[in-house]
This record gives sequence, C-alpha cells and structure tokens, in this order.
Amino acid sequence: MLKIENLEVAYGGIQALRGISLEVPDGKIVTLIGANGAGKSTTLRTISGLVKAKSGSVQYDGKELLGLPSNKILEAGIAQIPEGRRVFPNLTVLENLKVGAYLRSDKAEIEKDIKWVYELFPRLEERHWQLAGTLSGGEQQMLAVGRGLMSRPKMMMLDEPSLGLAPLVVQDIFSIIREINRQGVTILLVEQNANMALKTADTAYVLETGVITKSGTGLELLNDESIKEAYLGKTRT
Amino acid sequence: MQWITNNLPYLLAGISVGGQYALIAIGYTMVYGILRLINFAHGDIFMAAGLIMVYASASMPFYLSIPLVLVLTVLLGFAVERVAYKPLRQAPRMSVMISAIGVSYLIQNVALYVTGGLSQQYPNIPWLSDTVVVFGAMTKRVTLITPVLTLILIVLLVLLINRTKIGMGMRAVSKDFETSLLMGIKIDNVISVTFIIGSFLAAVGSLLFFTNYTGVTPTVGAMPGLKAFVAAVFGGIGSVPGAVIGAFIIGICENIIKALGWTTFSDAFTFALLILILIFKPTGLFGEKTTDKV
Ligand SMILES: Nc1ncnc2c1ncn2[C@@H]1O[C@H](COP(=O)(O)OP(=O)(O)O)[C@@H](O)[C@H]1O
Ligand SMILES: [Mg+2]
Repeated sequence: MLKIENLEVAYGGIQALRGISLEVPDGKIVTLIGANGAGKSTTLRTISGLVKAKSGSVQYDGKELLGLPSNKILEAGIAQIPEGRRVFPNLTVLENLKVGAYLRSDKAEIEKDIKWVYELFPRLEERHWQLAGTLSGGEQQMLAVGRGLMSRPKMMMLDEPSLGLAPLVVQDIFSIIREINRQGVTILLVEQNANMALKTADTAYVLETGVITKSGTGLELLNDESIKEAYLGKTRT
Repeated sequence: MQWITNNLPYLLAGISVGGQYALIAIGYTMVYGILRLINFAHGDIFMAAGLIMVYASASMPFYLSIPLVLVLTVLLGFAVERVAYKPLRQAPRMSVMISAIGVSYLIQNVALYVTGGLSQQYPNIPWLSDTVVVFGAMTKRVTLITPVLTLILIVLLVLLINRTKIGMGMRAVSKDFETSLLMGIKIDNVISVTFIIGSFLAAVGSLLFFTNYTGVTPTVGAMPGLKAFVAAVFGGIGSVPGAVIGAFIIGICENIIKALGWTTFSDAFTFALLILILIFKPTGLFGEKTTDKV
C-alpha cells in the first residue's frame, strides 16, 4: 500500500502541495482529480523522486520513499506514465519498450513481457520498427503505458492519460487500465476527465490548489452535487 | 601524373587531418547531444593527452606508454565531468559553460606549470611515423592510417549507440532527462560514459595528430579543438555522423587551400565557414530543427 501523509511541496516560493494525505491500497484503482494547476502532476512527480518534498512522508509497504532516487522508486515497484506521454521520439516502438525494462537484465522474461504488451496493444506490434515520434497521439499513449508495464510494476501511476485524445481512444485506454488492474497492478490515476476517472475508480480524491478537499468512492463523488458542478460539466440552473 | 604527384600529398593530408578533427569533434558533439553543453575543456584534454605521451614515452616503451595515454586521458575526461559539471546539473546552463571555460584554463595552466612553457618534443612513434611512398609522393604512414582507424572507430561507436543498452540509454537521455529518470536510467552513468568515449577518441586523435606535428605546448589544443568544434557545428551539433562529415570536409578544404598556395588563409577559411553556417543554417547539415541552441 502507498501511504502519503501531510505531503508539502514547493517550487521556490510557490506552494504546490499544502500537506496532502492519501492512500492507495494494493490491487485498487484510486483516482486523483482536480483542475489544471491543482498539483496533481506534482504529487506523482514527488512520489517518483523527480521533485523534492518540503515535508511529510510517502511510504510504500512501510518503506519511506522520500529522498530516494527515481531508479530506486521504480525498483520498489512504482512506475509512472508521465503527462503528455513523453515517448522517446527518436527510438523505435520496440526500443521504447526495452527502455521501459532498462533496470532489468532477465532477457527471457523481458521478451515475454514484450509479448504481453503486444497482446494488450496489438497496434504496437504492427508498428514495432517505427520511430515513436511518428505514431498518432493514441498510439503514443498506448506505447507510454506499454513502456511503463515493461518494468513489471506493482503499482502504476498515470498522469492524465486521456489528455488530447479522441473519445473513442479514451475509452480504449480506460478499458486497458481496468484490464491491467485485473491482472494485479495497483493503479493511481490522475485525471481532469473526472467523469471517466470516477466511473473507473474504487476510491477518489479531489485536489484543489494543493489541498485535498473531498474523498470517497468513485460512485459517491460521481453523484456529489458540488463535484458535478465543478468537474462534470453540469452547470448551475 | 606530375600533377597527381604534386597534389596527392595535400589530398592525403586533408583526409588525414579530417580524420583527426573527426575524432575530436565526436567528443564535442556527443557531450552537446546529452548535456547541451559546449565542453570548452575538450581541446585541452586533447593537448593533455599529447603531454602525457611526451612524459610517458620518456620513461617506458611504446607498448606501455600508448595504453597509458589512453587510460589517463579517459580518467581526466571522466574527472572533469564529475568535478566541474556534475555538481551543476540543476544550475543554469550558463554556469556550466563558465565552469567549462574555467576547466580549460586550469588544464592549460597546469600544463604551463609542468612544461615551464617550453614546447615539448613529441616522440616519434615507430611504424606510425615511418615515411612511405604513395604514387611517387612521400608521406608518413600515419597519414594513411588515420582515415582507416578513424572510420573503424566511428563504425564501432555507431554500433555502440544503436545496438547496445548503454547506447539506447544515451539516445533516451539525449532526448528527455526526466523521462529517462522515470525509466530508471542512471543519468550520471550515461553522462560519464559519454565523456569517457569522447576523451578516448580525443586521445587516439592526439596520437595521430602529434605524430605529424613537432611539439606540444599548453595552448596547442586550441586550434584543432576549435576546428573540430566548427566541424561539429557544421555537421549539426549533437549529430555524430554530422560531426564526422563536417570534420572531413574541413580537413580536405583546408588542405586544398594550402595546395592552391594560400596557406595563410586556411585557418581563416574554417572560421569564415563557421560564421556562414551560423548565419544561414544554424542547425548544420544534420542538426535537429527543434533543439534550442546556446
Ligand atoms: N517546475 C515548476 N516550477 C515552478 N512551478 C511549478 C512547476 N511545476 C508546477 N508548478 C506549479 O505548481 C502548481 C501545481 O502544478 P501541477 O502539479 O503541474 O498541477 P496539475 O498537474 O494539477 O495541473 C501550479 O501552480 C504550477 O504552476
Ligand atoms: Mg498535470
């Protein structure tokens, strides 16, 4: 289980997270929703060790992660699919998957996992020789997810996977996320697309300018009036 | 036939000098590709390799001194990165650049101290510095060896970059530091490997270059360093094939100019070329359109 307590993060003088606490139990899908600039990416980047925290703690299975370098956090079993996909455009699709397994040296198992990713995303197999920069947005997102799986994470954090994708592609991505979860990977999903996220998640947290203002099951928040107004596009009458 | 005999040495020298520039230019272009840093100390590392050879060959046979030069130069390049650039990873790029200029002066001044400012006679490496006759033209064997050795090393380097795991890591890091971290790539190791490769090639380049050159002075690295840098910019800084092609073009053009009897202008040509590229095609022959330049 991932357990965040009173996490504070600042960029210079700008306080991005003002003491947030949340939990991601093993095997679940937890979502963190919030408007642009709320601090969602900062949360994930801090967990992954890209950003230093000011105070608080991030524990995974009882082990403190704050202060560890990114490769140790990945080794602990937490992978991140960053916002904007960030596939390596100058590497082929296959190489992008191999980079995802950079920490591993078990060649035979890596080959197996490439097959597994190809089963989840047949499109990637068709295009394995192509430079990732030439893929469409949806294909790049699939590649980013596949690449994240190549480290065989116990927990996968996705930062706005639906960003800039057509609705049908978003459906695909979400059904893959559910499938990955069924196969035993814990999911921490960051989204602005609250509707899809809340429908998918077991538990949800709402982040507003660095503070968690609400939490509950996905269903509860989906039916919450104030959430409907703020995030689900239902306007006040 | 007479014409060939007269001009062939210039062409051979051009190809050979081009190869030497290429070996230095790769260090500039690879470091730029990964750190977006112009490593001003690179020419001085090349000079240091020359000096190390001068002192090493005085006290041991060549089969020991040559490997020693390669090893010590690699260590020097590695140490420069760890001491002068690594602590500045989060700092603005300008700070790293100033640090690089500082290292350049430091190496030059240490060399000045060690040599007392006197030009040091470079040893005659047997076999390499023997005279050979090609189509009636006399030249040193190193002139013929340089392009061959350069091409072999470049092929090996390209294979390393494109076919190995560390090469894949280098390509990933050169595109996106943060995502590389998320993949678990140890960026500092990848950067060190880049400096090690660059310094190794500069050391090989120095063995070839100084064999055709009389002495080593503390500032002797400046000119070949600058030319190699121009070659890297000409080819599109960040691109290995670009740097190699740029280096051969510059080496050959300089020597054609010499063959025409305008020796005084051969250096000016290189820098005029730099200005023209910066004006008309700042990304060079193979450079990327998107990267931001310093
Ligand atoms: N690298 C940075 N430097 C300075 N401020 C930043 C940086 N990254 C994010 N911020 C600020 O931190 C706050 C939270 O940003 P972010 O975590 O990216 O939000 P979200 O992902 O929810 O859109 C914003 O006010 C943003 O401007
Ligand atoms: Mg964000």
